[in-house]
Amino acid sequence: MGTMEKTAAGSSLIGKRIPKMDAPEKAGGKTRYIHDIDLPGQLHAKILRSSEVHAKILSIDTSAARALPGVHAVITAADVPWQRPIGVAKDHLPLKADRVRSPRDEIAAVAAESEEIASAALKLIKVAYEPLPVVVTAEESLKPGATLVHGEDLIVPGPNGEPHVVHKASRDNVAMTFNYDQGDIAEGEAASDVVVEDVFWLHYVTHCCMGVSGVIAEFDASENLLLYSNTQVPFLHKREFAELLGMDPGRIRIIQPPIGGGFGSKLDIYPFEPIAIYLAKITRRPIKLIFTREEEFIASPTRQPVLLKMRSGCSKDGKLTFRDVETVHDNGAYTSWGATTPFVMMQTISSLYRVPNCNYRTRAIYTNNPYAGSFRGYGNLQATFAVEAHMDKLAEAIGMDPLEFRLLNAQAPGEVTPQGMHFKSCGFRDCLRIAASRSDYQAKFRAARAKWEDGNPIKRGVGMASMLHVGGGAKIYPSDGCGTIIKIDDFAHVTLITGSSEIGQGSETVLAQLACEELALPMSAVSVVNSDTDIKPWDVGVHASRTTFIAGNSVVGAARKAKAKILGAAAAKFDRPAETLDLRESCVVDKASGKKLIEIDKLIRSLHFSDKADLVMTTFYYEPPSEKQDKEFRGDVSAAYAWATQVVEVEVDTETGIVKLLNITGAHDVGRVINRLGIEGQIEGGVVMGQGYALTENLIVENGVIRNPNFRDYKLVTAPEIPDMDVSFIETMDGEGPQGAKGVGEAPAICIAAAVANAIYNGTGVRITALPFTPENVYRALHSNSQPPTWIASA
Amino acid sequence: MSVNIEIAFKLNGIDMRAKVSPGMSTLEMLRDELHLTGSKYGCGEGECGACTINVDGLSINSCLMFAADCDGREIVTIEGLASDPRTEALKKSFVAYGAVQCGFCTPGIIMQARNLLEKTAHPTPEQIRRGIEGNLCRCTGYKKIIEAIIEASAASP
Repeated sequence: MGTMEKTAAGSSLIGKRIPKMDAPEKAGGKTRYIHDIDLPGQLHAKILRSSEVHAKILSIDTSAARALPGVHAVITAADVPWQRPIGVAKDHLPLKADRVRSPRDEIAAVAAESEEIASAALKLIKVAYEPLPVVVTAEESLKPGATLVHGEDLIVPGPNGEPHVVHKASRDNVAMTFNYDQGDIAEGEAASDVVVEDVFWLHYVTHCCMGVSGVIAEFDASENLLLYSNTQVPFLHKREFAELLGMDPGRIRIIQPPIGGGFGSKLDIYPFEPIAIYLAKITRRPIKLIFTREEEFIASPTRQPVLLKMRSGCSKDGKLTFRDVETVHDNGAYTSWGATTPFVMMQTISSLYRVPNCNYRTRAIYTNNPYAGSFRGYGNLQATFAVEAHMDKLAEAIGMDPLEFRLLNAQAPGEVTPQGMHFKSCGFRDCLRIAASRSDYQAKFRAARAKWEDGNPIKRGVGMASMLHVGGGAKIYPSDGCGTIIKIDDFAHVTLITGSSEIGQGSETVLAQLACEELALPMSAVSVVNSDTDIKPWDVGVHASRTTFIAGNSVVGAARKAKAKILGAAAAKFDRPAETLDLRESCVVDKASGKKLIEIDKLIRSLHFSDKADLVMTTFYYEPPSEKQDKEFRGDVSAAYAWATQVVEVEVDTETGIVKLLNITGAHDVGRVINRLGIEGQIEGGVVMGQGYALTENLIVENGVIRNPNFRDYKLVTAPEIPDMDVSFIETMDGEGPQGAKGVGEAPAICIAAAVANAIYNGTGVRITALPFTPENVYRALHSNSQPPTWIASA
Repeated sequence: MSVNIEIAFKLNGIDMRAKVSPGMSTLEMLRDELHLTGSKYGCGEGECGACTINVDGLSINSCLMFAADCDGREIVTIEGLASDPRTEALKKSFVAYGAVQCGFCTPGIIMQARNLLEKTAHPTPEQIRRGIEGNLCRCTGYKKIIEAIIEASAASP
């Protein structure tokens, strides 16, 4: 983009439409994803999964598979007695030894000359099972006497072969609990003029990254492990792999090839990764393991399905009085990040609106279902769905306009919530006002209500929902930081080495922009290195919408140090104070007049080749000023918070149940726009992902088995279905954010389902509390042919 | 394992001969045998469009076509269009309009969009939406892809 670069070098790059640096390669089909990488001597691996939902493994016979020509290794749990459990609760052995708990469970793996041979070998493995009773709802799991999914301690050999308990038995199928309280619910209820209560069901969906999962593992002659991995958190995984394998983390190098979509799915280690490593260790060959799409559906994590009971109250003058929430999360058979989504859910429940009294109790329950991981929004879609339904219901109950009701309870700058979140920048009320005015929300809302009984089977409705999400990282580890190394060569070419990872979201372009902005260099002067743990400095990883904020601040810090070094060298050369100098358009200039003194590259060459030779290389580690939450979940967990309001308009065909999303009007407090092209892309993609969650996507799990593991029956939104989108950016210029920016990656997906539910009600007068809004579900709800979700009896 | 089939075809303008197994898909031949990795495996079932190629002027999901059926045909992949003006216009507009995020679906969509523009030089936005409905994208929400195709079509004669 020649023309753009000229402009950029001549003025600020911030807020401009900067094309992604990796886009030309990708558009030409030249980018090498993990699927496209082949190492000399590599073998192909395939995994045998359980044919049973819940069973004891009586025997595994691999002899015929081992005898197949071209097969190098067949492994089962017996071949890797030293394997260690993975996951958030360490309740999950990669290769199952004596029991399978879901149909995704890994029983054996083959390494062979080709995928074809490996697949043929899998068919020759004979497994004998003894079926066990199956629990596939949280309700069944919680009943006294229910089958226990993890009823025995998980024991592995310790360092000296002694038995070592890594996961304690769960005698009640409860995998994890979170409880949060603020104020006094009884007091809040006493102060309420109206109280509403509903039970909501938030269904299974999955990430559907266009690039399927895969890994390549290789050991070198000195037992160093090289992993090509799609991980979003390479440094955390380096440590975790080391623990799993009993290795020194320093001997593990992770390379992250460009990734075909992440969306949170690559935050955890899944069994296929250690299994590929075991095979590499055993065969002494590079092992490549790539999923099929069906396998991707079956063996990937899901978004956390939640049954949620909420009671909310307000006074007749429109002040929220209390919110009382209980949830049961279907954890599936093993514990991954999905179980921890209450961290985020409670933020929305306690702090999106001012609610003085709040109670949130939640349990993740083991079942024999697919297990849940982290997925863009991390519980916030589920919590927002319930909270925003009740905002509309309460407003209606007291006869107040729903926008006014929200404005009355919305957070404002400076607020410190009872949960300890400090909203230093907060554009929430502007988001509400701007989304409402640009969509003509209030007039449309009243017009739709007036037509409930007009006899027209086609109804239109408008719905509003808002969200709060971390926008300045999330301190869930002792550090939430990121490191940067900047190296400027004697041609003023910048190598920007960042700890953060590019997962398609455009972080490398944003980071390059921030560096160029400080150094007054054009975008063409920067290469970004971000994919090799042996080179890049430490970073937590891609999660919590943190990269622009955290890695961005780190880049700004390193670039400012480089700038100081360049100006210091110029000051010495021209014998004048550095404070009188500045960088503009690739030159050192007189700060006051802008008069050019010397080109940056020429200055660096003179520095480099002088008798006191020096290099312009700087490092910076940015740690955000946030806090880890205490045991009561209180603490200012993020350095900044992002806000958004989305208004949607839908058309509901009451005779078919088809809901069309016509348009969305979004207003996002993003702090400041860094790359307008990139941020629009994040919002638009997130909106359509939210549309899929609301209307089309539904992972059908029956008796523990996924019934639609393909794109024919699992419906992603396609191009003809997308809504018109009008997105406004509210620039609150966050005081801590890089150039004022806040994180935005997850935000746009969060509100859509909640807004669509409110729009369906506004159009039809029917409140649907269970997702998804597929034609069948909507038709049944409109024609009183379905039961709303009910709270579990056994709880 | 099984008897291979000898085929002759034209690939990106070059005459080719190959021996392929009966069960092999064109996508597998392109990726695994010929190392042309611009066509992507997204589903293997013709549902996502990431493997879209051009066969005798038609847009085809290469995962659904047997390699043996390439015999006697003219195959064009994204790699063969490096100097095709229409493809270049599409690539440029995809880059400039932000139509690329993870990029995994992008070559397939560009192949499909090129085919659309070959048949209809100046499609309406609705024709473009319909034209790429067989291509799934999880990142962009399609809006910028549609805008990029409109831009490329405006630039074409």
